[in-house]
Amino acid sequence: MIPVCRLEDLPKGESARVGTTPPIAVFHTDDGDLYAIDDTCSHQDASLSDGWLEGCLVECPLHAASFDLRTGRPTCLPARRPVRTHRVTVDDGLVHVHLVAEQDATEDAFEEDSAA
Amino acid sequence: MRTVTVVGASLSGLYAARELRAQGFDGRLVIVGEETHAPYDRPPLSKEYLTGRAPEEDLALTDAEEHAELDAEWLLGVRARSLDARGRTVVLGDGRTVSTDGVVVATGASARTLGGDRLAGVHTLRTLDDARALRAELTGGERRVVVVGGGFVGAETASSCAALGHTVTVVEAATLPLVPQLGPDMAAVCAALHRRNGTALVTGASVSALHGTTAVTAVELTDGRVLPADVVVVGIGAAPNTAWLAGSPLALNDGVLCDDGCATSLPQVVAVGDVARVGGTRAEHWTSATRQPRAAVTNLLAGRTVADARSVPYFWSDQYGVRLQFAGRRREGDSVRVTEGRIADGAPGEDGFLARYERAGRTTAVLAVARARSFTRARRELARDTRETREAHETHGVPA
Repeated sequence: MIPVCRLEDLPKGESARVGTTPPIAVFHTDDGDLYAIDDTCSHQDASLSDGWLEGCLVECPLHAASFDLRTGRPTCLPARRPVRTHRVTVDDGLVHVHLVAEQDATEDAFEEDSAA
Repeated sequence: MRTVTVVGASLSGLYAARELRAQGFDGRLVIVGEETHAPYDRPPLSKEYLTGRAPEEDLALTDAEEHAELDAEWLLGVRARSLDARGRTVVLGDGRTVSTDGVVVATGASARTLGGDRLAGVHTLRTLDDARALRAELTGGERRVVVVGGGFVGAETASSCAALGHTVTVVEAATLPLVPQLGPDMAAVCAALHRRNGTALVTGASVSALHGTTAVTAVELTDGRVLPADVVVVGIGAAPNTAWLAGSPLALNDGVLCDDGCATSLPQVVAVGDVARVGGTRAEHWTSATRQPRAAVTNLLAGRTVADARSVPYFWSDQYGVRLQFAGRRREGDSVRVTEGRIADGAPGEDGFLARYERAGRTTAVLAVARARSFTRARRELARDTRETREAHETHGVPA
C-alpha cells in the first residue's frame, strides 16, 4: 500500500504521479471517482498522468492513445496493449494505491473476459 | 468498389487499410510496399532504437491478429512503377500489374542525400535498414560523428550519438537550426540543448566535399573548415516519392496535390501521409499520417469529398532527455512569449517551459519543452479555437 497524497491536494479533474518502479498515475475524475493505472503509456514512453482526463478515459499526451481507467484497456490506437490498474483507497483523508501483483496486464484482461 | 490498392506499407498506408475495413470495405485489399518489412514505426529509429533501448520488435505496428483481421494481400519488397491514365492499374517494379477500382497513394518520402559517390560511413536515417546500418557503426567504440542538418532527425541522431558516448558535431547551413519550424527565438533556445550536452554546433556552413577513398575520413565545409569524421549522418530533409506517378493524370508539385479531404484529381484516387499535399500543405508529421486516412477513405468510398482531413498540426521530438512538443500553425512575424516555466541563460530551465505564439491577440501555436501536462491543455484549446474560427467562417464568411 503506497501513500499518494491528501485527498484535498488532488482535486477533481487532476492527476498525481507516484514515482514507483514502474510509476503509477492516480486520477480523480470529475464524477469524484479515484483510479490508478500504470503511468507509462503501453505504446511509447509518455506519462499518462500528463494526459487529458475526460470522464473515465485518459488520453496520452504524446500520441493521443486513450485508456479506460476502469479496465486499463486502450480504447483507440496507437496503443494496442492494456496498462495495469491498481486499487485506490482513501484512509483518514489520505489517498493510497494498492499495487496489483507483478503480473501481465494482458492476463488480467483475459481473466476478466473469461469471468464475464 | 471491389478492389482497393494501398500503395505504401508504412504508417499512413497501414492506417488507410485499417480505415477501409473499419468503414465497411469488404472487397479485395492489396497493400504494396517497397520495403521488405511489415509496417513499422519510424520515430523511434533515431531515438530508442539507435541507442539500443528498444529492440526491433518494439517497432512493429501490427501483429498476427491484426494481419488476419485486415485480410489484405501484402505485396512487400516491390515498388510501384506507374499508375495508368485512368488510375485503374498499378504497375509494379517487377512487371506485375494490379487492376484496381480505388487507389490510396501512401508512398511517403525519401531521405535527401548529398549526392556524389557513396563512401562507407555515410548514412541517411529514414528506414529500418538505414537505422540498422548506422547502429552497427555506433557500437564499436568511440567515433567522430558529423551530423549534416540540424532539423529534427539530425538533432535526435546527434542526441542519441552523444548518449552513446561519441564525439558529435552538427553542421547546419542556416544561421540556426529549426528556424522554419520554431521561429528564431525558440530555435535559439533549442539549439542551446546541443551545446549544453557537449555536441558541437556549426552554423552558417554547408558541406562542400566529403573526404575519403573508400570510407569517409572528413567533411569539408563551404567556409573551408575540415571536420575529421568516422561516421557522417545526412539529415537534410526528405523528398516525396512521386516519381512513379509522373505519367499519371495526378497533379504533382512537391507531393500529390489534394483538396482538404485528400482527394486527388481522379475521383477514385486519394493520397495520405508524407507524399500528400493536402489543402496546400505537405506535413511530414506522424500525427498527420495517422489522422488523414480516416477522411481520405471516407471520401474514396463516397467518390467525392465529404470529410475534411485537416487538423491542427502537431509534432514532437525527444532530444537530450527533454521532450519538445509543438502544435499549431506559426507564421513569420508571430510574437512568442513564455507563459509557464522559464528560459535560463538562453536554454530551457530545469522545469521546462511553455511558449505561446501569438498574432493579433490570438494564439497561433504552442511549444512545450519538458512540459507535457501544460502542453496537453494548450493544444486542446488551440484545436477548439481553430474549429470555432473555421465554423464561424463557414457560417458567416460566405455571403448567401
